[in-house]
Amino acid sequence: MTDRDRIVIVGAGHNGLACAAYLARAGREVVVLEAAPQVGGAAVTREFAKGFRVSGCSHLSYLLDPGIARELKLASHGLKWARTGLKTVALAQAGDHLVLRGGKVESGTVPEADRKALAEYHARMLRFARVVARQHNRKPPRLGGGGRSEMLGAALLGFDIRRLGREDMREFLRIAGINIYDVLEEQFDSPALKGALALDAVLGTNLGPRSNNSVLSLLHRLSGEAAGNDGLSIPEGGMGAISEALAAAARAAGATIRTSSPVRRITLEGDRVSGVELEGGEKVAAQTVVSNADPARTLLGLLGARHLETGFVHRIRHFRTKGMAAKLHLALEALPSFARLSAELVGERLVIAPDMTYLEHAFDAAKYGQCSPEPALEVTIPSLHDKSLAPAGKHVLSAVVLYAPFDPRASGDEARSELLDRALAALDRHAPGLRRQVTASELLLPADLEREFRISGGHWHHGELALDQFMMLRPVPGAAQYAMPVGGLFLCGAGCHPGGGVMGSAGRNAANAVLAMERAA
Amino acid sequence: MAKYDAIVIGAGHNGLTNAAYLARSGLKVLVVERNPWIGGAAVSREIEKGWMYSNCSYVCSLLRPELFRDLELARHGLQVVPYGGGVSITSNGDILGNYTDEQVQRREFARHNPRDADAYHRYSTDVMRQCKFIRPLLLRSPPDPTSFKPRDLREMIFLGRELNKFGEQFIYDTLRFYSMSIADFLNEYFESDVVKCHLSGSGIIGSAMGVYSPGTAYVLLHHYMGDVDGSIGAWGFARGGMGAVSKAIASAFKSFGGEIVVDAPVRQVLVRGGRVTGVVTENGTEYEADVVVSNLDPRRTYTKIFDPKDLPPAIVEKAKNWKIRGSSGKLNIALDGLPEFPALGKDNPLAYGDMHFLDSLEKMERAYDDWKNGTWSKEPYLDLLIPSMTDPTMAPPGKHFMSVFVQYVPPFIHGREWTDADREGFKNTVLDQIGRYSPNFKSLVRHVECRTPRELEAEVGLTEGNIFQGELTMDQLLFNRPFPGYAQYRGPVRGFYMCGSGTHPGGGVMAAPGANAAREILMDLRRPNIVPEGWSDD
Repeated sequence: MTDRDRIVIVGAGHNGLACAAYLARAGREVVVLEAAPQVGGAAVTREFAKGFRVSGCSHLSYLLDPGIARELKLASHGLKWARTGLKTVALAQAGDHLVLRGGKVESGTVPEADRKALAEYHARMLRFARVVARQHNRKPPRLGGGGRSEMLGAALLGFDIRRLGREDMREFLRIAGINIYDVLEEQFDSPALKGALALDAVLGTNLGPRSNNSVLSLLHRLSGEAAGNDGLSIPEGGMGAISEALAAAARAAGATIRTSSPVRRITLEGDRVSGVELEGGEKVAAQTVVSNADPARTLLGLLGARHLETGFVHRIRHFRTKGMAAKLHLALEALPSFARLSAELVGERLVIAPDMTYLEHAFDAAKYGQCSPEPALEVTIPSLHDKSLAPAGKHVLSAVVLYAPFDPRASGDEARSELLDRALAALDRHAPGLRRQVTASELLLPADLEREFRISGGHWHHGELALDQFMMLRPVPGAAQYAMPVGGLFLCGAGCHPGGGVMGSAGRNAANAVLAMERAA
Repeated sequence: MAKYDAIVIGAGHNGLTNAAYLARSGLKVLVVERNPWIGGAAVSREIEKGWMYSNCSYVCSLLRPELFRDLELARHGLQVVPYGGGVSITSNGDILGNYTDEQVQRREFARHNPRDADAYHRYSTDVMRQCKFIRPLLLRSPPDPTSFKPRDLREMIFLGRELNKFGEQFIYDTLRFYSMSIADFLNEYFESDVVKCHLSGSGIIGSAMGVYSPGTAYVLLHHYMGDVDGSIGAWGFARGGMGAVSKAIASAFKSFGGEIVVDAPVRQVLVRGGRVTGVVTENGTEYEADVVVSNLDPRRTYTKIFDPKDLPPAIVEKAKNWKIRGSSGKLNIALDGLPEFPALGKDNPLAYGDMHFLDSLEKMERAYDDWKNGTWSKEPYLDLLIPSMTDPTMAPPGKHFMSVFVQYVPPFIHGREWTDADREGFKNTVLDQIGRYSPNFKSLVRHVECRTPRELEAEVGLTEGNIFQGELTMDQLLFNRPFPGYAQYRGPVRGFYMCGSGTHPGGGVMAAPGANAAREILMDLRRPNIVPEGWSDD
């Protein structure tokens, strides 16, 4: 084997690691180059205050592909679950908290009709999400081009929708492109229930409940459960544990992983990649380069727009990547006590989204570059399930805070302290005294996520999940099959189909695309 | 009891078109209309003596040319006069005008941003290609994608072929175009905020969505796909106001032997043994027919003029959930003279077209936020026209008629009915905005007809005053319009059909829904098809 047969993977995010593992298993020489001192990208556990560790970006696992976990034997590589099947507790100011698990209201005041409607809604959405889940491990087909195999791929997608049956298919085609507000308004009365359900459709997006595409975003979220995952889970050791297990699987298959090795650029020879050059000047030759970095960073940053066709560059520049979710980490000297919430529920997923108008107003502010005056939150206290995360008797709280603009009108520091204050105020309203228990805090705005995790725009899906950036349109039409227009260059991150959410599918699909390209050559 | 072959409920332009084709096929057809006048929302009314107000719809472009020719509407008195011009004025006194000469237009864009001038060519080409794709589909019934009937499969294959003709990239562009927000779509072409505002208005007119809402790019297409005399995207005035459109179609209908009764609101559609037998009006008169066609919107049709027990419960539920949100208002203004706009100077031909007062997309989006929060926009988006400059028949000599379309105006104020004080507040918001750009405007105002969604509903019968008979969002377009499984104009009861803008291809004085419904009815009656198919533009 020569240097030329080597495959370099830029970035050891979970997708990069999955891709590395599959390529190494296929007998290729694989070198993974990661800029950070640890693997994991945005699926990482890190210390933010002395003795307090937390999942730095994504904090719940719900989309990890069960097939990948099985094939790469992640369990035997050390992945254990601290908790699976978290319930959702929608906190209510009056103390009438709603406890939801799947399609069931376990407690809380909800009209009988809504309980019935919820069971139907959940079952239907899962059936629809299964259609989405079936696409995860497929290369998105090209439409109207590329010959018979592509037509077959498109037909398969059509078949998946068709086999929903007539009624479901009609409903799927009706709602897949619209907003969660309209769908929930049709089926439910309880504002609290609608608020909690709507939150799932807008978490991590640039959408309010009334924005079209929010149903699609919900289906993406539910596709993990549809694929067989037990709802929301927390790995032992935080989300970094998933990356560690993937890295172990890749190493076991023969891949080399080098951390603290930031790539400066992707080098070319003629119109093909020839390898990469590291920040220190070291060159690593390779026949194929697979990038786990986001599309803009890969193509405009590492490769350089001058090697690409203008129209393509234009499209990549307009791939919408600005995130709107902030991440909050709190070190707490004791377990906070939430008003009228029984102790065994504190460890569930707590959400603050009292109704859809609250969410919509929170969103409205962010449209104009302001942090939500009344933010919505998704809160977990992972130290309740995993003692290793905080010193004995102390706790760590991790929350997604909606919404925070990528480019706030105010300065980043002002926006950060403003949103931190508002998030703490929201928490303190439900858990009086929580503010005083905080010994250290960290709030990461989308711009901070961009800096820390090297994701352009700080969007946790690498780019908005919307119909115009979905499947064969992701990241941009004409380059949605992992191979980029430069010979030997591939993308394998969340900016490709099927998108973000710690699934590993994009990594595996990219590995398959690399191998298929080799066979065709 | 009078016996007919078919009864059409509502003498809107679609009801009349539908009736015209049925009558032309030799059927005995009656149109029943609740108002003392015909036309629905395509009317000209003399509210102020000497002035002819197009008091609902006010411009004409989408009316299908195939139908215009086929029904010989010109012979029946319809003349559509294209208008030029059109301009956006910013609060600092700058303008962005529409010019027909390509080089002049280019210079105008370049004045704002040279790169936008280059992009404009690309933009028009892309949008025009979308128009070319969609125009021939307007006069076809949408196929049911869940059906295995040969006709639906054939139609699906036809659609696929049409798409394929334009190539792979076009298919992706189409998917994107139909799902993006107008702001994101324009961001891919343009940099200047003024340019983006100027072009984005068409994406929100009549729609309960903001410029940042995904789905608004399609609404723009909906306003671009028309033509005047083959000039795609052009708009014109119907001479004598929009009532001229209805009048001409009614005249064609009558020439085929059709009958119209006015002042005859329908109380109920009569159903016996699972099929329609006729209608009964509020005053108790019964008209008998085996075919009943509703020009009313889906919500009104299935919740107001049927006995619920004659309908499947699922349909009533769907009708209640039909998104038909009122979002637009209108002021019709009689003026004692021509207002001056200092930003334009005297006798500027740009003033012949649509005028807007715009600054930024953010301001337009904030106008939508006001609507979401239950009130009219404090800085509304206006589409202002002075038709009497082009068509002097609309006002006495030397006087003028101004039509001001206002986006956004809610059907209820914070969930309650409009009060007179609200109306006054809304009216002043609009007049004040115009006054800021035209110092002599207010002194010329002689009479103002203020139309909120409530007036539109009360007078025309459009639920919540939605001008399209239902939002133009993906869940309510094509095979989903009005409901999945009912997009081919047939209702849930045998012999009952829908023909209003609440069916494919939607609103905008196209007359296509009426014609398409007639084609389906004739097919069911096993009569030869006499309704024209869409033309191709090539």
